[in-house]
Amino acid sequence: MSDLRDLYQEVILDHQKHPRNFRVLAEATRRQEGYNPLCGDRLTLYIKLSNNRIEDIAFQGSGCAISMASASVMTEAVKGKTVEEAEALFHAFHELVTGQESPEATSAARPPLGKLAVFSGVREFPVRVKCATLPWHTLHAALQGRQETVSTE
Amino acid sequence: MTRITSVPAAQTSMLRSWTPESLRAEFPILQRPVRGKTLHYLDNAATTQKPRVVIEALVRYYEEWNANVHRGIHYLSEQATHAFEQTRTTVQRFIGARSSREIIFTRGTTESINLVAWSFSRRFMQAGDEIIITQLEHHSNIVPWQMVCEERGLKLRVVPLTPEGELDWEAFERLLSPRTRLVAVAHVSNVLGTVNPVQKIAELAHAAGARVLVDGAQAAPHLPVNVQELDCDFYAFSAHKMYGPTGVGVLYGKEELLEAMPPYQGGGDMIASVTFEKTTYNVLPYKFEAGTPNIADVVAFKAALDFLNQLGMEEVAAQEEKLMEYSLQALREIPGLTIYGNPAWRCGAIAFNLDGVHPHDLGTVLDQQGIAIRTGHHCAQPLMEWLGVPATARASLGIYNTAEDIDALVAGLHQAREFFRM
Repeated sequence: MSDLRDLYQEVILDHQKHPRNFRVLAEATRRQEGYNPLCGDRLTLYIKLSNNRIEDIAFQGSGCAISMASASVMTEAVKGKTVEEAEALFHAFHELVTGQESPEATSAARPPLGKLAVFSGVREFPVRVKCATLPWHTLHAALQGRQETVSTE
Repeated sequence: MTRITSVPAAQTSMLRSWTPESLRAEFPILQRPVRGKTLHYLDNAATTQKPRVVIEALVRYYEEWNANVHRGIHYLSEQATHAFEQTRTTVQRFIGARSSREIIFTRGTTESINLVAWSFSRRFMQAGDEIIITQLEHHSNIVPWQMVCEERGLKLRVVPLTPEGELDWEAFERLLSPRTRLVAVAHVSNVLGTVNPVQKIAELAHAAGARVLVDGAQAAPHLPVNVQELDCDFYAFSAHKMYGPTGVGVLYGKEELLEAMPPYQGGGDMIASVTFEKTTYNVLPYKFEAGTPNIADVVAFKAALDFLNQLGMEEVAAQEEKLMEYSLQALREIPGLTIYGNPAWRCGAIAFNLDGVHPHDLGTVLDQQGIAIRTGHHCAQPLMEWLGVPATARASLGIYNTAEDIDALVAGLHQAREFFRM
């Protein structure tokens, strides 16, 4: 089970069981759906933007441990960040789990990953990358002000 | 002409008395370790593994007979045509069809159904007519009908299920009407494993003046099928789910219907003569086989059918029924495990979920143990909706599966429970 521990690190299992910021955000200024129909991962992301800053963020949904934990850790990581800082984290996270530069990455310096580093094991499980990135693509679309449901399948 | 036999005589005697254990040696892929573990392949409803005779037939075709069919004057074309047509007669006998003209090769079950959806509706259906499908269909037996319904102003009706996951018989009888032109139904559900009483469905449908298409993708690998006994009008299935190559499907259709139906695609091989003023179509079955077919895979499919014939489909069904019993019993003992559906007759597939573990995570945990299952919606989203779950895990059986595979699955499920600390 040692390989499994690389994927499902304690932090991930903890966030799956006790997701943070798991609620509806009534005062949200952005609301975005993410849905991977093949696996059934689904989440709704609520963001309260104020002066270009993510003042509050929450999510609801259901899905596998990786997608739910990723959403939970993400909300903690980007709360209080500016839109640009959150986008930089999105690109850094994408690079972390795929080993490839995000297609829309800028040449700006990568921000420190902090707790997000627990998702490094996902890289060894290619079919699970889409689970980890769904919340982030949903966030990205929300920050861009897109309306359509996001999918990473 | 040299007779082509796909299975050497030596194989025949060896397979005369077989067990799933003894069959494993015939499947090269089952000998390879996966993630350092013995492979426990329980994803047979998605596709089956191929016995050595099928792989060898494929190689032999390219090494010895490769040429285009139905047109060459030369030796190789004659050989290739002969091998290709031998598969057709083997299929005909395998499903008990009256004539080889009733056997059409397609790319797979999906294409077979699409062929009927477009061609049958063009000839036999008018705006306002109705097609009946069921709640447990695979997307391939839903979407083609939705497409023709939209295009031609037809109505799609859906037979609901009983809590056991069987067809709601009363509802079906209510849905049948003088407007019903076709009933399209799975012989065996790819999720619940429910075996539908196709013969009875055909009786009722015919009494109402409707035709019946059976999606046999999950039945042909597991059960003896006789289309004349079932009295269905169309029967569709895929080679790759019955130990044959990918890219080959079969459509059986009653000759008088196929005769009356217009071609599905135009091109070479399906014509008798072409002028810019008028093209006349070829006779059955070639009318429905436009373009160069998948010759090599059709030829190798015969080796798979010969293999199954040697095992005997009655015996295949009996062996798998035993393992199904064993599997259900073993899975029912796992705390927090839900098995979906409880049909009186279940064949091939078992869909389940482990409380608190998403099927996708379960699939990853089992995969680390060399256990291959499927997770997701199994191309049956309306059925998932009926079950009230976004996804399930699914173990599906084949002729080489043994109690050992099931024991490994059960052990893996216990490990998953422990891992996610339930």
